[in-house]
This record gives sequence, C-alpha cells and structure tokens, in this order.
Amino acid sequence: MSLDVRTKPAEPAQRARQDGLDQRELRRRERRFQHRDKWWGYVLIAPAGLGLAVFYLWPVVQTLYYSFTEWGAFGGTSWIGLSNYRTLVGDPEFWQSLGNTGIYTGLVLLGIPISMALAVLLNIKGLRGTGFYRTFYFLPVVTMPAAVAVVWRWLYNGDVGILNHALSTIGIDGTYWVSDPHTIRFAVAVVGVWMTVGYNMILLLAGLQSIPGDYYEAAALDGAGRVRQFFSVTLPLLSPTLFFTTVLSVIQSLQVFDLVYLIIGANTTNALQNPAFGEGQTVVMLFFQKAFFDNQRGYGAAIVCVLFVLIMALTAVQFRLQKRWVHYA
Amino acid sequence: MREATTDPQKPRRSRRGGREGRLWPAHVLLTLGAVITVFPLVWEVLTSFKSFGESVRVPPTILPAHWDWSNYSKVFDSIPFGQQFVNTFVMALLRTAAQILLCSMAAYAFARIRFPGRGLIFLGFLAVLMVPGQLFLLPQYQIMQDLGWLDSMQALVIPGMFSAFGTFLLRQFFMGLPEELEEAARLDGANPFTVFWRIALPLAKPGLLALGILTFLWSWNDLMWPLIVNTDPAKMPLSAGLASLQGAHLTEYPILMAGSLLATLPVIVVFVAMQRQFIQGIAFSGMKG
Repeated sequence: MSLDVRTKPAEPAQRARQDGLDQRELRRRERRFQHRDKWWGYVLIAPAGLGLAVFYLWPVVQTLYYSFTEWGAFGGTSWIGLSNYRTLVGDPEFWQSLGNTGIYTGLVLLGIPISMALAVLLNIKGLRGTGFYRTFYFLPVVTMPAAVAVVWRWLYNGDVGILNHALSTIGIDGTYWVSDPHTIRFAVAVVGVWMTVGYNMILLLAGLQSIPGDYYEAAALDGAGRVRQFFSVTLPLLSPTLFFTTVLSVIQSLQVFDLVYLIIGANTTNALQNPAFGEGQTVVMLFFQKAFFDNQRGYGAAIVCVLFVLIMALTAVQFRLQKRWVHYA
Repeated sequence: MREATTDPQKPRRSRRGGREGRLWPAHVLLTLGAVITVFPLVWEVLTSFKSFGESVRVPPTILPAHWDWSNYSKVFDSIPFGQQFVNTFVMALLRTAAQILLCSMAAYAFARIRFPGRGLIFLGFLAVLMVPGQLFLLPQYQIMQDLGWLDSMQALVIPGMFSAFGTFLLRQFFMGLPEELEEAARLDGANPFTVFWRIALPLAKPGLLALGILTFLWSWNDLMWPLIVNTDPAKMPLSAGLASLQGAHLTEYPILMAGSLLATLPVIVVFVAMQRQFIQGIAFSGMKG
C-alpha cells in the first residue's frame, strides 16, 4: 500500500538496460520468476479451491448419486437405479409444482418491460432526482424476504387487508388472495415482480448508459423520431443486456423458494390447511419438503437433478434463440 | 425529448431549467412507480406502530391512532431477537471477510500467474457457478451432521466462505489492472504474494467493496440454509427467526412488522450509505451468488 501507483514504472526492458543486463539474463530471470510463481499460483488458489471442491463440486456428484438411491430408515443408501425418476414422472405433486414454477417464471418475466420502462425514464438526460428514484425502486431488492412476506401477507389479507379495502371502495369484492387457489399464483408473482423490478432496472440502466450518444445523433440526422429511435437504436443495442436479464430472471425464478415458502405459509404448522398450498408449491419447496422433512433424500435429490437439467435446457434454448433477436455491436 | 433533432433552436435546450420543465411526464410516471414500490414498506412501518386491535380495524386507519412502541419491545420477548441479531451479524461478517480474502487470492492467481492446470481448475470454478444452489444442500447438510456442526455458528459460516462467483467477479477486476505496476515490483524481487497484497489488492478496492456488499446482503437475507442446519431458535439468524415467529404468532402482525423492520434495518442502512458501490456491484456482476 505504500507504493505510489501514480509514478509510471519503467518498462522492464528499459530497466534491464539501465541495470546493464543483456537480453539472455533478462529471459533467465523471467523463467525463474515463472518457476517460482507456479507454486504461488497453487498456494493462492488452494483455500478457495479446496473449499469449493469439498462443499460445492463434490456435493453435486454426490447429489447425482443420491438420486439413484433410496435412503434407509437408519441412514445408509441402497442403489435403486432409475426408480426415483420413475416415481417422479408419475407424481402429480411434482407436475403441479413444476407447473406452478413455470407460471411464476412466466409472470416474473412480464416484469422486465416494467424495469425497461423505468430504466429508459431514468436514463433521460438532464433528469433530476434519479438517485432518489433509484433508491426507492431498489429498496425491495435489499429487504429481507422474510420481512417482505410478512407485509404482503398482510396487504393480501382477505378480511382486514388494505388491498381488499381499496377494492371495495370501487365496488369489487376481494378474496383471500394467498389461500384462494385461483389467485395465489398471481398474488405471489406480483410480489416476485415487485422484488425484482429494481434489480433488473439497474442492469438495464447500465446497458442503456453504455450506448454511445452518437447513434442517436446519427438517427436523428436521418430523420428518426423519438419512437423510431427507440426501436431502431435503443432496443437493438440493448438486446444483449435484455438477453442477459431474461436468462438470469428465468434461472432465478425456476429456483424460487424463500418468497413463496413464506407467503403461502409453509413455515407454519398448519401450512397444509392452506387450501391453495398445492397451487402455490414450487419445485424447490417440494425438494425441501422431501429431502429434509419426509426423509426421502434420494427422491429429493432426483427432484433437484431434474430441475438442474431443466435450467440447463432452458438456458441452452435461450442461447439458441438469441441469434434471432440479440445484436452484438 | 426531441432534443436530438436538427432544430435551429437546439442551443436553447441545453439550458437546464427549460429541459427540466418539459420532463414533468417522466417525473409523474417515476413518482407514481416509486409510490407503488415503497407503499408496502411504508405500510409495514405504519402497522408496526399500531396496536393489534387497530391493525385489524375495518376500514383500516392509515396513520396509527396513537403510536404504540411496545411492538418493538415485544419482538424481544417473542424470539431471542438480540441473540439472533448477533448471529446474523457474525455470520454475515465472517462470510464476507473470508470471501474477500479467499476469492481475491484465487482470483489474482487466475488473472496473473501462469501455472500448469490453471485452465482446468478455473473450469471447475465455473462449473460451481453454473449449478443451482439446491444441488449442494443435501451433501452439505450431511457434512455438517457428520462433523457434529448442526446448530452451530460453523454451520452457518463455513460453506458460505467459499464462492465461485466472488472469484469470478474479482478475477475480472484484476484482469483490468495495468500489468506494468506489478512488473516493476517483481523485478525488484518481490514474490507474487507481496505483489498481490501490496499492489494489486489496494487497486482492486472497488471490486472488493462490491463483492463485500453483495455477500453481506445475501448472507444477511439467506434463509434456506439456516432453516436446514440451525433449528434451535437461539442459534438461528434473523431470517429463520422471523419465519418461525410468523408460525408461532400468526395473528400478531404488528409485532411481526416491527421485527421485520428491525431485521432489515441494517441492510437498508448499508445500502443507503454505500449506494454507489452497491449499484456498481450489481451492474458489474449482474448475478446472484
């Protein structure tokens, strides 16, 4: 830290000349450094590498193995081949949770246009108070999901929730949003969107700010109006960021747990009394239940393995499709 | 917003006051959005000051009839809130410090040091980055159980100390630094660790800060892992504690709101204080760990 980085150091070759070293001597020194560096490379990587190997990489292999086994009553596993996967295919609970997860993901993706609109507005040159707006939109992103669930459950409350009160003033009868099988998915997705809009907005805003102003000037010179500029300049140049945002949103939504778990009340003992439990349950919730409460670890492992394959497949499809709409400048 | 046209009046538009005057539709939309976004949080604050009776009144009151602070003290009676607060803080802090140190070491080696097998090892890191978190949980739990670490601080902290994401993020930062700065020190005989510690690390401060803030946030809000490994209320962090509070005192919403706010407050403070680094970190990484 004591070294002053502002002084530009001499080029190595120049230094060597000053020190009176010839080229061969310099090469020899460099080789010696590289030899010594090699060991430092391993030493620096070892702590992180070993930790990741033990706690992350090896567990993936183990989970895959578990998915072909059955968990005995007293621990210990026995190989049962594809049996877990066969059970999975015939398990209506699994298909329902998969469907719920898919709907949630689709609905959360609908939030991206909102993030986009906000980012475009915040990107207007000369607009004041952008820091202010950014802070507000970002607050849900940093709020603890447990806290988010508490307040939304209350807003959604069928009897005393403010949502139903607001609806009643315009003559609409509300429902018990999080225990009504017809509404729970939407109720949860609204919160999902609420929590992610600020996050996606920041990503898109960074993308917008990286578009050079010259493009707009050129388009304007060609007589393009504001709308035309948006579709011919902004959208194509932002498409890599939009793509990135979409891929991330899909990956994260497919793994949704905290929010849904807390909102449908799965943390409470009477969760199963929630008549909408089945319509709200997601894949990761099912995994959590099977692996850690029903003691069916092999089955739980099979569930997350299928989820993993699904995420990979969907991401691959998106990368395929990107050729059709993503333009890299 | 037609400022880009070749209009003879163009120079006048550069005057701030005039432009700002025409931006009112944008302000209206943004304010409307902000109000909708913040409303649930404001409602949480207001409800936390209401008595239970008032919170269930129909029609609802907006402002509390009288500000009742007792919900905040009741939080401490309902769960070991103080203990859980300490747990959360220690967990988040240790994870963050360890990640900054371990990730930056590995990231520097990947970015600057050539050694056999580097590409392959990096591929291993990338693989971890791509796998969804649930795939680790069962064996991780198994390890904790075998070590006898269930219901302990080790269980909360140790797996969270390692991060492929953090290594990847910091590697990007180190790759962006001009190499000449380090070469000089090396020719003077400094070993790679010294160069890393004295030169590269201080220069990567924005990256370290971004990683630190993000890790702190994710650790603070982490729910699933604590739910699995620490079931003793005194050993839980706040996220899990709040979840259990919701189960046990289902109807006491004002207390729940007070607890939620107290639990979220530290992150909000960090966020507001370090907003720029926060947003830079998000924009730079674009990923969740």
